[in-house]
Amino acid sequence: MRPLPSPARNPYWRFLVAGFRGQSAYPLATLAGLVANATFGVLKGAIMGAAVESSGGELAGYTAGSMAAFVWLGQGMLGSVNLWGGSDLQARIKDGDVAVDFLRPVSVQASHVLTDVGKGLFGLLPRGLPSVLIGVAVGGMVLPSEPSAYALGLISLLLGIAVSHAAMYAVATSGFWLVETRGISVFYMAFSGLFAGLFTPIYLFPDWLLTLALLTPFPSMMQLPIDVLSGQVTGAAAWQHLGVQALWLTIVLVVGHLTTRAGRRRLEVQGG
Amino acid sequence: MIASRARSQASHRASFRMDLVGALLVGAIEFAEIWVLYSATDQIGGFTLAQIMLVFGLSDLAFSLADLVAGHCDNLPVYVRAGTLDVFFLRPQPVLAQLVTSDLSLRRIGRCLVGATSLTVGLVLNDIDWTAGTVGLLALALVSGFVIFTAQFVTAAGLQFFLVNGAEMTNAFVYGGRYAATQPTSVWPRSLLVVFGAVFPVAFAAFLPVSTLLGVPGVAGLPDWLGWCAPLAALWAVGVAALCWRWGLRHYRGAGG
Repeated sequence: MRPLPSPARNPYWRFLVAGFRGQSAYPLATLAGLVANATFGVLKGAIMGAAVESSGGELAGYTAGSMAAFVWLGQGMLGSVNLWGGSDLQARIKDGDVAVDFLRPVSVQASHVLTDVGKGLFGLLPRGLPSVLIGVAVGGMVLPSEPSAYALGLISLLLGIAVSHAAMYAVATSGFWLVETRGISVFYMAFSGLFAGLFTPIYLFPDWLLTLALLTPFPSMMQLPIDVLSGQVTGAAAWQHLGVQALWLTIVLVVGHLTTRAGRRRLEVQGG
Repeated sequence: MIASRARSQASHRASFRMDLVGALLVGAIEFAEIWVLYSATDQIGGFTLAQIMLVFGLSDLAFSLADLVAGHCDNLPVYVRAGTLDVFFLRPQPVLAQLVTSDLSLRRIGRCLVGATSLTVGLVLNDIDWTAGTVGLLALALVSGFVIFTAQFVTAAGLQFFLVNGAEMTNAFVYGGRYAATQPTSVWPRSLLVVFGAVFPVAFAAFLPVSTLLGVPGVAGLPDWLGWCAPLAALWAVGVAALCWRWGLRHYRGAGG
């Protein structure tokens, strides 16, 4: 066997790779996810396309082509961002396994978030790329012409994936204080989809709702990366998007760090 | 048996209340998406917000009732992996009946409230000519919708015997079907018309009966009395479900041991 290159010795790099590889073990599940994803995409594309058409070819800055891009980029990101309100950490806190995590000489937060980001990155291959291909082939999706959209879009996409998993981690740490976190998960899921732009672009919202959405980290998980990736937002505005995402990533990471530290003192594992 | 499940759930009051509120919230947000979309434009596919509220209400109510009765068919892959299903074969009751009664989730009642509210508001907002025919059509649509969605759950369960790890595939027509049922079929490309109008006939659960009721054309080129055919669509869905379930059951070889 070849000697491992140096980053491979870094435990955090290995969490990322482990998460990535873990997902590749279930090809049928991945295919199934793609079928469901594509079906929803066709349905969403039909209704959103009709909405653009009925408002005279332009709706909140979207044309038929850019609306299709919104739909299919969003579908492609679904396997990579976590909007569903579930996390391994929740289960590990509940059954006490998290005590073992604390004994390891690595950061609990970093190992969980990086494993999840690794899973998310893997999701781009079997679910992200095919979704975009379907969108271009049958959905009437328009790809951006300038190369900067792809470069900035990729950064924005990575930031979006990171924000979603880091935020989910922070939410899951509530388990240190609460016995049952299912209520919080449901609450999170209800708002994350709406505010992240899973169903309609958030720019269709009435002003008060849009303001409310922009005060949460959710748009940074999907809507902003889609804006940049699709070339809907370019230049200085695109950089501003990246700045907002970086800010939210910092916030959710700091919150997660503080709650992990406080929760560790609070943790009582039963049994002996 | 069903009564015992209901009692056991109602006994954890705090958790039950929270689940109920959660279900209401999820339903309300789903309605909010429709509200945002139809408020941003005047109409989509010939339907206004008030009109689509009828479609959303009818289909969401029918789906929620079906989910209440048969939603845990989704757990079949879990039962197969854990070997729980083998126990079902040992008891002198039909396997499907045991699966359906294995977990009655009363918290799903919360979802029914959202659909029922939307339907009621829709009936008030729209100018409806109340005759015996109108009431009959609505009742027919609700019952047919319930049967169609229940049949989708059973179809999915039958196919899951083959797809244990790929169970998400059936979400395409179970949950995709629920989403499809809230949309005007008039905006669909031909492929969607075939899938959700004929094979998994969720278009008959709400949209086609409502378009018959309101006199708004549903699918170009098809007669506007099509909504009355909902029971036929339900019959077809039940037939498909029965075939898939039997086929899946015969394929099942047990978890070993």
